[in-house]
Amino acid sequence: MLRTLSASGLMLIIFIGLSIQQVFAQTPNDVLDSFQSEAAKSMPNFQGFSADRGERFFKMKHGNDWSCTSCHSDNPAATGKHAKTDKPIKPLAPFANTERFTNPKKIKKWFKRNCNDVLDRLCTPQEKGDVLAYLLTISK
Amino acid sequence: MFENMRNYRWLLAVMFLMMSITVPAVYADDDDDDDDHYRSNSSDSTISSTRVGEDADDRKRSGKSKRSQVSNASWKEECGACHMAYPARFLSAESWRVMMNGLEDHFGSDASLDVETATEISNFLQRNASRKKRKSSNGIEPALRISDTRWFQSEHDDVAARTWKSPKVKSPSNCAACHTKADNGSFRERDIKIPK
Repeated sequence: MLRTLSASGLMLIIFIGLSIQQVFAQTPNDVLDSFQSEAAKSMPNFQGFSADRGERFFKMKHGNDWSCTSCHSDNPAATGKHAKTDKPIKPLAPFANTERFTNPKKIKKWFKRNCNDVLDRLCTPQEKGDVLAYLLTISK
Repeated sequence: MFENMRNYRWLLAVMFLMMSITVPAVYADDDDDDDDHYRSNSSDSTISSTRVGEDADDRKRSGKSKRSQVSNASWKEECGACHMAYPARFLSAESWRVMMNGLEDHFGSDASLDVETATEISNFLQRNASRKKRKSSNGIEPALRISDTRWFQSEHDDVAARTWKSPKVKSPSNCAACHTKADNGSFRERDIKIPK
């Protein structure tokens, strides 16, 4: 009796834990969708995202020393390296790292930090969407 | 009897939740900052005796908190995302407080966190900070760079210039280049291995 009770209690806790994670988890395509609705809201003439534009944005400098590639490397499917500390950075492309663009809190945190470092400002929904569209085209 | 079972079940539930939140923090049994405090390499005896005093103080503290050693899942994850999660005892509480209030410009990078996480990590660092001042060597207080503290510099005064320049070391912030167990929070003399 005691065992059944504690076992069912444990199962319940695990179940709740998993379902909480489900509520917050997203796929990269969900994230792209949410960028899309943000972009459509903030730009009346929004034309959709462009992977090409995203790639150019990703690889160019924006007035500072760093571009996205300074840490994430030219190949987003490869392991990057922090430009200052040399700490390895797991691949950014969802194809190479399935954890990428699945956690809204992390996405928000890192876009804010990295856009401030690279552009001295926040990125627009258009820019974020273009970059993610580019990253989603990488499949090798 | 039924009451007992209910308590038991809740205990399990709470334990499970705790396990999912905290990271087991079992570390080496001795991780003083420096166990070579009788090293006689200094011509300045005042500095030597200060260091012995400081180590004794740290030792007393670590004796108290050795088993419940100083880890926090958010600290490990967030600080460790870009560099080693530096131990709280390397700086004073004031240093950590100022640093954690300025994450938007963290040595030139934006390392900002949501308020909740920043507060948690800041509290953890301040609670476990060095009780020594960890004075800055350049007169700018509080010291924010660990390698700017007089303590750090005196601990490393016997490290050869060419070691610092070695591509395997690269920067004084790269603890693990020589302190082979730095990632576990251990900086014992016996774990030091200077790369060739």
